[in-house]
Amino acid sequence: MAREKLVMIGAGMAAGRVLDHLTDPSFGAASERFEITLFNAEPRGSYNRIMLSPVLAGEKAYDDIVTHDDAWYAARNITTRFGERVTGIDRIAKTVQGENGTVAYDKLLIATGSDPFIIPLPGHDLNGVIAYRDLEDTTTMATLSPGAKAVVIGGGLLGLEAAAGMAARGIDVSVVHLMGHLMERQLDPEAASLLQASLERKGITVHCDAHSEEILGEDGHVRALKLKDGTELTCDLLVMAVGIRPSVRLGQQSGLALGRAIQVDDHMRTSDPAIFAVGECVEHRDTTFGLVAPIFDQARVVAKTILDEDATFVQKSLSTKLKVTGCDLFSAGDFATSETRENILYRDPSQGIYKRLVLEDNRLIGAVMYGDTADGPWFFDLIQTGQDISVMRDTLIFGAAFNDREGPPEDPLSAVAALPLEARCNGLTHLSMAA
Amino acid sequence: MMDGTSLPTQRSTCAYCGVGCGVLLTPDGNGGVLVKGDPDHPANFGKLCSKGAALGETVGHAHRLRAPMVHGAETTWDEALQKVADRFRDTAEMHGPDACAFYVSGQLLTEDYYVANKLIKGFIGTANIDTNSRLCMASTVAGHKRAFGTDTVPGTYEDLDEADLVVLVGSNLAWCHPILHQRVLAAKAKRGTKLIVIDPRRTASCDAADLHLPLTIGSDVALFNHLLKEIAARGAVDPAFLNHTTGYAEALATAEASDLRATGLDPQQVAQFCEMWIGTEKVVTVFSQGVNQSTSGADKVNAILNCHLATGRIGKPGTGPLSVTGQPNAMGGREVGGLANMLACHLDLENADHRRAVQSFWNAPEMPQAAGLKAVDMFRAVGDGRIKALWIIHTNPAVSMPEADAVRDAIAGCDFVVVSDITGATDTARLADVLLPAAGWAEKDGTVTNSDRTISRQRAVLAPYGQSRADWDILAEVGRRMGWHGAFNFTSPAEIFREHAALSAIAGAFGKDFDISGLADFTDAEFDAMEPMRWPVRRAQKGGRFFADGRFFHADGKAKLLPVTHKPPAAKTGRRYPFRLNTGRVRDQWHTMTRTGLSARLSSHLAEPYLDIHPTDAALLTICPADLVEVKSPHATCILRARITTDVSVGQVFAPMHWTGETAPSARIDALVTGAVDPISGQPESKAAVVSVHKFEAAWYGFAVSLDMPGPKSDYWAMARTEAGYRVELAGRNAPQDWEQSARALFDLPNAQITSFSDPARNLHRLAFHAAGRLLAAIFIAPEPVAVMRDYLATRPGADMDQILTGRTPADVPDPGPVLCSCFGVGINTIARAVETDRLMTVEEIGQSLRAGTNCGSCKPEIASLLKTLTLPQAAE
Repeated sequence: MAREKLVMIGAGMAAGRVLDHLTDPSFGAASERFEITLFNAEPRGSYNRIMLSPVLAGEKAYDDIVTHDDAWYAARNITTRFGERVTGIDRIAKTVQGENGTVAYDKLLIATGSDPFIIPLPGHDLNGVIAYRDLEDTTTMATLSPGAKAVVIGGGLLGLEAAAGMAARGIDVSVVHLMGHLMERQLDPEAASLLQASLERKGITVHCDAHSEEILGEDGHVRALKLKDGTELTCDLLVMAVGIRPSVRLGQQSGLALGRAIQVDDHMRTSDPAIFAVGECVEHRDTTFGLVAPIFDQARVVAKTILDEDATFVQKSLSTKLKVTGCDLFSAGDFATSETRENILYRDPSQGIYKRLVLEDNRLIGAVMYGDTADGPWFFDLIQTGQDISVMRDTLIFGAAFNDREGPPEDPLSAVAALPLEARCNGLTHLSMAA
Repeated sequence: MMDGTSLPTQRSTCAYCGVGCGVLLTPDGNGGVLVKGDPDHPANFGKLCSKGAALGETVGHAHRLRAPMVHGAETTWDEALQKVADRFRDTAEMHGPDACAFYVSGQLLTEDYYVANKLIKGFIGTANIDTNSRLCMASTVAGHKRAFGTDTVPGTYEDLDEADLVVLVGSNLAWCHPILHQRVLAAKAKRGTKLIVIDPRRTASCDAADLHLPLTIGSDVALFNHLLKEIAARGAVDPAFLNHTTGYAEALATAEASDLRATGLDPQQVAQFCEMWIGTEKVVTVFSQGVNQSTSGADKVNAILNCHLATGRIGKPGTGPLSVTGQPNAMGGREVGGLANMLACHLDLENADHRRAVQSFWNAPEMPQAAGLKAVDMFRAVGDGRIKALWIIHTNPAVSMPEADAVRDAIAGCDFVVVSDITGATDTARLADVLLPAAGWAEKDGTVTNSDRTISRQRAVLAPYGQSRADWDILAEVGRRMGWHGAFNFTSPAEIFREHAALSAIAGAFGKDFDISGLADFTDAEFDAMEPMRWPVRRAQKGGRFFADGRFFHADGKAKLLPVTHKPPAAKTGRRYPFRLNTGRVRDQWHTMTRTGLSARLSSHLAEPYLDIHPTDAALLTICPADLVEVKSPHATCILRARITTDVSVGQVFAPMHWTGETAPSARIDALVTGAVDPISGQPESKAAVVSVHKFEAAWYGFAVSLDMPGPKSDYWAMARTEAGYRVELAGRNAPQDWEQSARALFDLPNAQITSFSDPARNLHRLAFHAAGRLLAAIFIAPEPVAVMRDYLATRPGADMDQILTGRTPADVPDPGPVLCSCFGVGINTIARAVETDRLMTVEEIGQSLRAGTNCGSCKPEIASLLKTLTLPQAAE
């Protein structure tokens, strides 16, 4: 029987994970079932993009974050067409046109990811204005001379990682953020203020509520960012980290159903049953994706679907960690305030620790932590499972160590110093001893 | 010690109850004292209870008064004593001697007591001296005098060793006189002595009892009248001994008219009691506060004495009534005449011959003709301004008197109040105009007399703290400053002791029992070397027992049986006050905790005041375990922790009486007690108040631990010492707006670093204050009684503050639980775990494994009950 032709466009983290599954016998993939062709516009295979920040900060080298090198693809007979852009898809002929030639497919997986959003400010096309997306951007930032000045527009996850990475290399960094506090989608103001304080200790200047007006240049190169209040922030490099736009050009050209991104069903199928999509380029039930956890879930589902097995993608709560050394934060679920929601708070300013748990109907629905995030996964699990936490509410915030303990929960009768003996013993094991 | 720096060990006497145990005191050279039981003392033969064993922990200087104070400012002795002398002299001159009063205590040494009594009765010229023994012993004194003609304890402690039946009446001997209880238990083990407990409450003493009669509060007369009737009916009367008595026929007739139903007891149980009592020749009836603190206290005493007199079971080995006293020197006070109706050496104030003899012996200018005011009347006279100058020595009437709030207000309103004490931190001392620093227990020389007439030396092993001075010295100097130089020219306790012994010769000559004239010629060296000895000490008799020979001290030489009738307590229960409130002591505290409260070990046993209430009553009032309850009497309101227990009967509640404005202001139990007194003895009815009980509607409950003493101000709080500092239970009707602010005020930590945990929707707040990672203080707030591991948290101040707000031990540290064995600090959970793991089946096995209960043994009854609870088969589900 002829092998099925699987063509994949894009070799980002989502595609890498799909390939892991499809080449893993324990996942249910028969060896050599597919004849796989992998296109990638970047001249390389998959690497762990979310580890670019440690690379920028100098804590890791690029080689450390490569997940799939050439030998890996070769060993699995995967045809790689790296550095080659795909120019079109012919859904009738079931072919993909690359810059260097056309390939036929039985199944096509679009994993084109996203493009960084560049605010169309005057001067946005000056030299020295970049996004933070790939290894090239990382290299640009990493090769600035110590003492140079950089401005980062965007106080979200990516912007702060860029800022901290440059600061670690001795760059004088300012962060310009439109909102009232940093990482407003992940943090509440109190956690954000702790984060801002620790960034400031790293030498980063933070401007919140700051509206960018114009990028000023000199000789075609960025010179400064001008804010609406007139402030001019001098810089040698301006990094825009204000969000991403799903990369939908191919989907659009080929007439797939689109919303903000390529629409997929619960099995990661597009409107064309032979075409699948995964990652930041998809829209599932009105949601687009930027964090790695759901995308890895999608990768597992789409791999199963490609294998003609049944699998369903379910959106779950998300958790976030900021990969900035010394800024230990964790955010998961929903922590907007409302009348039906209750907060549990823990504050230890001397240690720079802040934790907030958000409860609704005796279930944990959100968690924000700063300074000590060791219990993040445990809280995240509680959010996802939605279990009733009433019995452990009083010790919940102290994490797994104080709640997974064996033995009966504390006896409320031990509540007071003065209790008669029989009452004091209520929480203790009663032994049945044969006399 | 081998290093040559050793300080000599001295034999002395324990500071607490009337057992009067001998102790060996060795100064540690750093201001502390090592305490051991004196193996040669006839009261305890080397044993000590938890309180005695912890004496060394109470001699610290933390709360000591350093210098005399006038209106809160330190001053010199010269100024302070001149002021005292001037004010008493002026008051006596302007308003008459009866405007002066001394209120002293059974914690004075006999020599101190003697000087106080001599000064006020012989020289200031009023009999207004009374003592806290009025709250403790007065009914027994009256009963003894009515029956024997003198206040004579007939038997000795050896009778407990030799008895075949010991009956405890109104005595929780196991907790209040643990060493005597252990003598009873030893006799039980050795000779099978039977033990009967007659007490409305099931106490720790019931653990080893063969029979417990939970009689209705105040019905002892009805029970012992019934016993007398049965004695007669069964022909158990000793006709030969009856020849030495009068009044038998009337007493019996009254007893026969008595109705047993007043006791509320099961007639079969009563029959068993009578059978055992009548059938056992060697029977000792031990009685204490349950008998004395009653408006029919003297009658209760006589109802008991009647039975012993009718059977002749008195003064013979292993027989007799034995009153056990609450204070180390209640008996010494009785001997010197420290009560308003006595003179000295058991001589009677109202007997003109006695009065003249003493006046002449003292060379006193003027002697009062009539008895002075007894305690309750004395403070009423303070309240209405008849008494204008009051000197309170070593007692805390603002807490311990009935209607204590009124007494506190009376003292506060008195023109001139002098307080002598070792500390200024008592409810009473805070009201003083002049505060005099007295030498403490380990700093004083003199004698005390215990419950079986044994006079023991107390010996100083430490220098007086700061400027403090011995009480006899302070009193004598005031006497000299008032102009009576010759009479108060004492220079040593030995000199006073000799004068007292010489005076007792006069008493002996009047045919009185208290005669130690054989010691009147003691040299200083003999006084220093004095061995414990039982009085009398005279040519005819040394020590021993009284009355086996049928010779009594009434004019006719006979004893009197008294016709006594059951009378219910003065305060009546009813719709407004449906509960009868019993009060008493706990195992590891003593009186108002001014000393035992300093020991972390002792404070860990029951760290909070409480109200015992029966489950049926609690259910009706919807009171749950650990709830706080508001206890109201016609006089005051208290807030206490509810302990739901079948130890008390339905309709009866019990509260301990140790807590004060210093330790738990809402638990000043005697504020609830009515000032009704026994008409004969003047002793107040402290164990039969009437109260209502309701759930205290707390908006919040709190538990706090702290390195330094916090300053709580909430509606309810109770503070206790811990090894690491302090622990406090708190509650309030209204929650503060800002917990951080109120916690900072509580701990006086305006600027300390804070770590907090809050769950505002649940009203849950926890705050920890720390410096450099070390915990200074922490508070845990909850809408219900706070569920945290208290005994673990109490160890944390000063330690690493990590994870303190969890309120629990780290996973690898077991929670010891509340302390049962104070001597070795062994907690309930530790014992329970060992019982489970090592299958320990007996109190002895627990002792071998954990040491718990192997030192003083006071906790053995509780270990036994714990074992019972733990080994009870679980109910089938």
